[in-house]
Amino acid sequence: MKIRVRVNGQTYESDVEPRKLLVYYLRDDLGLTGTHVGCDTTSCGACTVLLDGKAVKSCTVLAVQANGCDVMTVEGLERDGQLHPLQTAFWEEHGLQCGYCTPGMLMSGYALLQTNPHPSEEEIRRGISGNLCRCTGYMNIVKAIRSAAVKLADASAEPSKEVAASGSSSD
Amino acid sequence: MFPNSFEYIAPTTLTETIELLQRHGYDAKVLAGGQSLLPMMKLRVAAPPILIDINGIDELKGWREENGFLRIGALVRHSELEHADELRARYPLLAETAVWIADPLVRNLGTVCGSLAHADPASDWGAAMLALHAQVEAIGPGGKRQIPIDDFFVDTFTPALEETEIATAVLIPTPAGRTAGRYLKIERKAGDFAIAGLAIHVSIASDGTVAEAGFGICACGPIPLRGKRAEEYLLGKKLTPETIEAVSRLVPEDADPTDDLRGSAEYKRDVLRVFAKRGLSDIAKELQGEVVLR
Ligand SMILES: Cc1cc2nc3c(=O)[nH]c(=O)nc-3n(C[C@H](O)[C@H](O)[C@H](O)COP(=O)(O)OP(=O)(O)OC[C@H]3O[C@@H](n4cnc5c(N)ncnc54)[C@H](O)[C@@H]3O)c2cc1C
Ligand code: FES
Ligand code: FES
Repeated sequence: MKIRVRVNGQTYESDVEPRKLLVYYLRDDLGLTGTHVGCDTTSCGACTVLLDGKAVKSCTVLAVQANGCDVMTVEGLERDGQLHPLQTAFWEEHGLQCGYCTPGMLMSGYALLQTNPHPSEEEIRRGISGNLCRCTGYMNIVKAIRSAAVKLADASAEPSKEVAASGSSSD
Repeated sequence: MFPNSFEYIAPTTLTETIELLQRHGYDAKVLAGGQSLLPMMKLRVAAPPILIDINGIDELKGWREENGFLRIGALVRHSELEHADELRARYPLLAETAVWIADPLVRNLGTVCGSLAHADPASDWGAAMLALHAQVEAIGPGGKRQIPIDDFFVDTFTPALEETEIATAVLIPTPAGRTAGRYLKIERKAGDFAIAGLAIHVSIASDGTVAEAGFGICACGPIPLRGKRAEEYLLGKKLTPETIEAVSRLVPEDADPTDDLRGSAEYKRDVLRVFAKRGLSDIAKELQGEVVLR
């Protein structure tokens, strides 16, 4: 079946068997091997990608279901050779050991921060509750997401601070 | 892992969908969120030759209030109800339940109606919809019909839907008085199916008596079960330490759990007793203010 999918901003047209799962389409057909297959049984979240902005387990979505959709994988986080602040935070806070779960953690973390830019520790833990990590014990992953939230808030606060400063005469 | 091969059809109207179901009968399966069906197909527990993806049918999307009901379309995902702040005041049990289902990733795809149609005895929505006295709206070649939730679960993994029918919505009666809801669930690990689950819906009349009472039990029988004795007892009474105590003993009487890897039948019954007490005490506090309960 012919499908047209936008992945990380680029449009792909492909002919896929209906039974092909999205994760295998991304990895095998498009060569985007950043998305991992962990359990292949909808349990671990290593295969997490954003499908039309929502974090889903790509081992449990058919590639044909992504027809006409927008997909974002871990490769889409980096911009112009610059790691996303969330990726940098994982690096700085040692949010990974073997790295197997990391692409999924990053995508779940990213989706969480999109809808909730200032999550509490509890909210972060709930946000990544579909992603299993066998190495870290989660502590540093939670720390990394928190630190990314702070960084992103600072980054977006700076320009608005300037605006506030220049418009301060009004109050 | 990948499923057996199948033909994939994505209709955009209900009429087309019904025609397809009539033409293919048992060979065809409806695909909604895919969060139960695709895992089963990957494990080859299910191998439908034809998959009818209903995700492109616009009229199945979204929820709205009409004719005294909240109508939740067949494509409404668990996560939509989890985050629907507009529904919190009148339908609190929805968000209370949604957050307990699987994990955020599964909740972004899985649908309420898919969960009911799958008819898993451990379906959290099964328990919640019993407590809410909901109805499932189905459409088939003979037209539309409404199936009371008490008739909907025929047996384990067997809903009261014909081969040529699809569930189009679940309808929840708009509660009359002030309403509270609690979903209590115990699981082995985060995101798992319940060891036992209890949904409680209560609305209070202006004189402080219980005008609506709903108790739905999951994972404690071949299908989700209604806590009928508790409902009958509580209607028209006030929530007091005594009535709550009595209800907590009645709820387990309507459960039918078995010993399994998740726990013994005795344990599950006792969990339901504790859940009933805990949930109702919370609800009493919420609806009646600082009533101190033992
Ligand atoms: C890891 C994991 C954990 C889970 N944990 C829980 C849990 O804790 N509690 C819980 O309740 N559930 C849990 N689930 C199941 C989840 O809630 C599913 O989303 C739900 O059971 C099925 O909904 P769906 O939309 O994904 O349906 P699908 O998988 O698409 O379909 C399921 C079945 O229903 C049929 N069907 C679907 N929609 C319709 C319709 N509109 N009309 C007629 N037939 C239809 C399909 O043909 C199929 O037979 C879990 C799933 C996973 C993968
Ligand atoms: S590989 Fe998809 S959930 Fe584990
Ligand atoms: S870092 Fe190894 S599984 Fe998470």
